Amino acid sequence: MVRGWDSGKAEAIITANLPAEGALLPILQEIQAEFGYIPEDAVRLVAARLNLSRAEVHGVVSFYHDFRHAPAGRHVLKLCRAEACQAMGSEANAKALLQRLGLGWGETSQDGRLTVEPVYCLGLCACAPSAMLDDELHGRLDAAALDALLEEIA
Amino acid sequence: MIRVFIPRDAAALAVGADRVAAAMAREAQARGLEIRMIRTGSRGMFWLEVLLEVETPAGRVGYGPVTVADVPGLFDAGFLTGAAHEKSLGLVEEIPFLARQDRLTFARCGVIDPLDLADYRAHGGYAGLSRALALGAAETIAEVKTSGLRGRGGAGFPTGIKWETVRTAPVLQKYVICNADEGDSGTFADRMLMEGDPFSLIEGMTIAAMAVGATQGYIYVRSEYPHAIRSLNAAIGIARAAGLLGPSVMNSGDAFELEVRVGAGAYVCGEETALLESLEGKRGMVRAKPPIPALQGLFGKPTVVNNLLSFAAIPFILENGGQAYAAYGMGRSRGTMPVQLAGNVKHGGLFETAFGITLGELVEVVGGGTASGRPVRAVQAGGPLGAYFPPGLFNTLYDYEEFTAAGGLIGHGGLVLFDDTVDMARMARFAMEFCAHESCGKCTPCRIGSTRGAEVIDKIMAGVEVEKNLALVQDLCETMKFGSLCALGGFTPYPVLSAIRHFPEDFTRAQLPVAAE
Repeated sequence: MVRGWDSGKAEAIITANLPAEGALLPILQEIQAEFGYIPEDAVRLVAARLNLSRAEVHGVVSFYHDFRHAPAGRHVLKLCRAEACQAMGSEANAKALLQRLGLGWGETSQDGRLTVEPVYCLGLCACAPSAMLDDELHGRLDAAALDALLEEIA
Repeated sequence: MIRVFIPRDAAALAVGADRVAAAMAREAQARGLEIRMIRTGSRGMFWLEVLLEVETPAGRVGYGPVTVADVPGLFDAGFLTGAAHEKSLGLVEEIPFLARQDRLTFARCGVIDPLDLADYRAHGGYAGLSRALALGAAETIAEVKTSGLRGRGGAGFPTGIKWETVRTAPVLQKYVICNADEGDSGTFADRMLMEGDPFSLIEGMTIAAMAVGATQGYIYVRSEYPHAIRSLNAAIGIARAAGLLGPSVMNSGDAFELEVRVGAGAYVCGEETALLESLEGKRGMVRAKPPIPALQGLFGKPTVVNNLLSFAAIPFILENGGQAYAAYGMGRSRGTMPVQLAGNVKHGGLFETAFGITLGELVEVVGGGTASGRPVRAVQAGGPLGAYFPPGLFNTLYDYEEFTAAGGLIGHGGLVLFDDTVDMARMARFAMEFCAHESCGKCTPCRIGSTRGAEVIDKIMAGVEVEKNLALVQDLCETMKFGSLCALGGFTPYPVLSAIRHFPEDFTRAQLPVAAE
């Protein structure tokens, strides 16, 4: 869900988490949950409230794969690319899918409907290949099942 | 009322457990039958998921893999009395995969309602903590030492010695931290336990906290595990309300607070010092050791950092004594390991067994070979940083020292099977690529070596100066192995070198004229 920047909401998130030890990550996670990404305004605000430099906050945001610098598409498909899924043909399925959608890893379709991202293990390694579409997990995802999944959000 | 058990383990959900549960409820209602549906963790037999169980006088009878389409037929056949059906598996406890395990840590997983504290207690829960409180700190640690338990995250360091170091550190504020950043491909034991028996982790960490004198604990869980995070948070709330966490644990007068912290998609945060940095709200950059975390860990305070499986083994050890745990296993590898069979495997799942079984038995007999039915060509043991074993090494005993001698590692207990269609040069390249993707960037061998390594393997795969480049990549691996700060750069050579050593033909294929596809 992407909502417009609201400094009041961001302030409230920071205030609620401030007493926690090592509060920066929980704060950034809640900000991303609220706004869909980490807006530049948030970096400024968090730095000021936590008495950190903007560089330090930017450093943390850019280090972790989860944090977005821009909103994702309306749906996010995370395809597992780790070894157990590779053993069950995940790479070929993913390649075919990306080709058909005309997307590269991490890219969003032009209509803003779908972002496809790699993920390195969802812990479903005995039901490979696996994927996560928004918040739902899917296992034993062969090419046909993957197509059916995309039909659902078409 | 008849009790029906359906898992809500994430892997069961991924193959339709919620849909089956909903169909079951609808069908029961339509037929005017009253059933009590209990959502459990998974038994860890994933080829049988969705595995449905029904309680009968003889025991719990299983059906699987059940799909929504099977539901009306199951009712018609009279599954509520355990009647025969084409998906019938008989008594679940007698399924060979389960029957031959030594389930100590995972005894309750898939059996109980994960968030029912009374159910947990009825299955032995909190007997370990009660005994630990009666024994006192020094005796508790003595039991852990006797058990021979070694760190289940991969390093294999004796848990009791780590606890002793923290206990005797002359500092007031101490921490207990659970590493549940289970990023290794082919592993899911942590996830299963957090979802299927979260109280056992909470109990294990509480025992640790009481033993070392810590008042605050954190469970660092990867963000890829949303179900586990929800389950843990709910269990912590229940434990706190029951006085099992909080200002006076079990009326002992000692406080212990526990909090879940969520990772942000960095594999390297499974390395304990990077994890500590992350918990402090920083980039997950690896720290140089010494100082060891047991003396200067979170915020510079003495800290127990243990893998989830180490903590989860503790309640059994304290309930039954260290000797009872040490009675399992071989050599210096005491107790049990929850082995995880994954990838291209026929019978994939969690198999908790005493150390000492052969790799071949795990792969061929327990796992039943590949899912594709083709011959097993390689098994990667111990995650993305673990070595590839060829069938020629299947007589290796599952044991820390035996695996090390065979040029591999046990790691977190994962085994990923590949059939004979695998291209081992590609897998070697992937290991380098993954290291480059996940490197924290602090040390040069890992940060730059991984990228150069991928490039050199590309040249080998293209047939460019193969001999020379093979020598180069092996030399680079030596540099990474001995020059990296942590296991990410230090162990990436394991999959690369083992692939080159055991499957050399995959690296020279491009030189042959028939190579063009």
